[in-house]
Amino acid sequence: MDVGHWLEGLGQSNPVALAAIRVVLLVLPILVLVPGLIWLERRLLSWMQDRIGPNRTGTVTFPSNFPLKFLAGKKVRTFGLLQPIADGVKLFLKEDVTPSAIDKLVYFLAPFLALFPAFALGATLPWASTGFMPFTSIPGPYSLLTPVANVEIGILYVLAISSLGAYGLVLAGYASNNKYSLMGGIRASAQLISYELGMGVSLACVALATGSLKMPDMVMQQEAALWGVAEHIQNWFVFTPWGLVSAIVFLICLVAETNRAPFDLPEAENELIAGYHTEYSSMKFAVFFMGEYAAMFLLSGVFAAVFLGGYNLVPVRWEHLADTYPAMAGFYGAMAKLNYWLGPLWFLGKCAGGVAFFIWLRATLPRLRYDQLMSLGWKTLLPLAVANFIVVALYIVFTSLYGPAGGWGAWGGATLVLVLLYLNIAAATRKGPLASPPRRIALVDGTEAPASLREREQVKT
Amino acid sequence: MLGRGIFQAVFGEFLPILLLMLVAAVVAGAMVTLSWVLGPKKDTPYKSSTYECGVTPVGNAIERFPIKFYLVAILFVLFDIEVVFLWSWITVFKGATIQYQVFSGVAVGIYLVLWIIGDAYVIKVGALEWDEEPQVAPEKLLPTPVEAPTIAAGSHS
Amino acid sequence: MTANQVAFLLVGGLAALGATGVVACGEKPVRSALCLVLNFFLLGVLYFMLGAELLGIIQVMVYAGAIMVLFLFVVMVLALQSQEAPRHKERRWPLAIVGAIALAATVASVIVTFDPSPFSQPVGDGYGKPQAIGAYLFTEYALPFEVASVLLLVGIVGSVLLARRNA
Repeated sequence: MDVGHWLEGLGQSNPVALAAIRVVLLVLPILVLVPGLIWLERRLLSWMQDRIGPNRTGTVTFPSNFPLKFLAGKKVRTFGLLQPIADGVKLFLKEDVTPSAIDKLVYFLAPFLALFPAFALGATLPWASTGFMPFTSIPGPYSLLTPVANVEIGILYVLAISSLGAYGLVLAGYASNNKYSLMGGIRASAQLISYELGMGVSLACVALATGSLKMPDMVMQQEAALWGVAEHIQNWFVFTPWGLVSAIVFLICLVAETNRAPFDLPEAENELIAGYHTEYSSMKFAVFFMGEYAAMFLLSGVFAAVFLGGYNLVPVRWEHLADTYPAMAGFYGAMAKLNYWLGPLWFLGKCAGGVAFFIWLRATLPRLRYDQLMSLGWKTLLPLAVANFIVVALYIVFTSLYGPAGGWGAWGGATLVLVLLYLNIAAATRKGPLASPPRRIALVDGTEAPASLREREQVKT
Repeated sequence: MLGRGIFQAVFGEFLPILLLMLVAAVVAGAMVTLSWVLGPKKDTPYKSSTYECGVTPVGNAIERFPIKFYLVAILFVLFDIEVVFLWSWITVFKGATIQYQVFSGVAVGIYLVLWIIGDAYVIKVGALEWDEEPQVAPEKLLPTPVEAPTIAAGSHS
Repeated sequence: MTANQVAFLLVGGLAALGATGVVACGEKPVRSALCLVLNFFLLGVLYFMLGAELLGIIQVMVYAGAIMVLFLFVVMVLALQSQEAPRHKERRWPLAIVGAIALAATVASVIVTFDPSPFSQPVGDGYGKPQAIGAYLFTEYALPFEVASVLLLVGIVGSVLLARRNA
């Protein structure tokens, strides 16, 4: 039986059931993949750090007298894939130590509030093509399955739900009644709200250029010709100048929003024990990590959909190629079909690639200081995103006034003016040399440190 | 009317989102409660005391916090609202007529200039500087020469 | 009862419950704030049910996502604890009852004299969508929009001045 027709019939006779199918298709992969992501992180990190990592769990050695002859005496390896499952079972069965000095209601609510937004985040995220099937003008079955709800406010929903994520962390810190937890919780929420601004404005740039807040529309616009010129290549937003700026801002904000290294100050273990989840044990402790990984995965999906062409494997317009070169139409047509029907797979691949990028960052970059974190978010990313927003708006106005040349002229001019403006503001607000004299070092016996040592210690201004 | 379609009728295209939120709430709730139900419970005073690196906790953890955090939060609210105003503009701007584009473009331009002034002011006065200069003169930070402690023989305290 | 009424009673009732919780948890400010978050969130759902989707999502984003974080910060910055909160030992029941009756009478008078006819007409096609708001806010209501930006600028300057150590 044809799946597409069956879904269409179901949508008419029982929309709730169709909605339920969509929800399951979104939530189930996350539930299944989060342990896989934890395995990926541990293996990848250990590979980058020249360690082995978890590689034993699930390896079975069959005895030499095993009834199945081809298995006897053999080792079956699973590369440690069962490790996160074993960890999960362990965590569920562990004692749930509840400290006595806590605010009990808030203490139990906090992990819930950390996990809930992570799962609810993906409602407007398309994981497969919502457009026509290749070489037809019939909407394919995917358009009935994804996104969960194709509402007008699309990307605003993602921002609104991810802004609710701050509660889980700050409440965990508060409820634990532990000084380190509270410090971690407050740091976490201050960090989240600081980077939410840059995230919102960078997405606003894309929405402005697309003219829609719907994420499926954004992906479809990326299937147009590159810069309106190169007809065989898709116009992924990361290839456009404004899109690149937005993508960089969004990516940095993404890392900060998910509390990942180098922005993992809320759980900086060398100063705050484990930050906001110090007092949590067993599965409640793991729930924070599940939330973190699910958010990481879904926000990577948002990044892929908004900047990296969503469910398209490579930025090539196969259908257009097939139309232009009839001699190769067979091959290009097959590629177009492959691109369409395996769309979910490409999308998953991009999400996993995003997570791998997060892990790579963690293995590479040292943690930021708190003042660096704040100044990066407020003084660099936010002005950059707003400048980008102004540039995109000017580009659109001047394109409709004077055509493409006017648009690009306005783009260049506005970029120049804004860069000069920013440099001027930066120069005007730069701090002069430190008001206080350079630090002196007293040696243990009370005498002054020798001049050579003092010079090395002087603060460079 | 009170059949299956009731919530479909009220929530329309938002029904799947409502459903997703319910599922998310159930999954998250199950995760939190299951371990509490499944795990053993052997509570001892030491185990349930606050863990602060083994040091006995002093006083209450909830103490007054630097006002910087409050300032960050209130600036976030203000800047967030500034962006919120623009979302509706974003959806119309691209496909609108030239008249609308120019007129609303000027309006938003003025708006954004005020935004930049606000942001520049925040940066200028150093409202988001976290490394404040020490209030104490550096001379006072120098440790005074420590004399060797004199320990009276036989006294243990 | 129509489906609308059932859903409204459900969501509205929960929202009212949340609002009650704000007062009932008066001795634990963080729980109060949490009840307010629930209340704001459900208000957003109510906006959605009215078809005002942009307003609904902004309600969730700004009130539940931003302003309540600020509230929580205030609670934490001031270290409001139950022992510090002012406690009214004497119960002012008579005053409370009079107040409740007055409020109920006001609400009832509005309900009785309410003329639903303008609200029973179907709304326009793009009602509540961001496009409809964008079309009006930046043309007909451009001046209030600019005034709002001045207001926000004043807010920024004011909050920075208030929070400075040696202003």
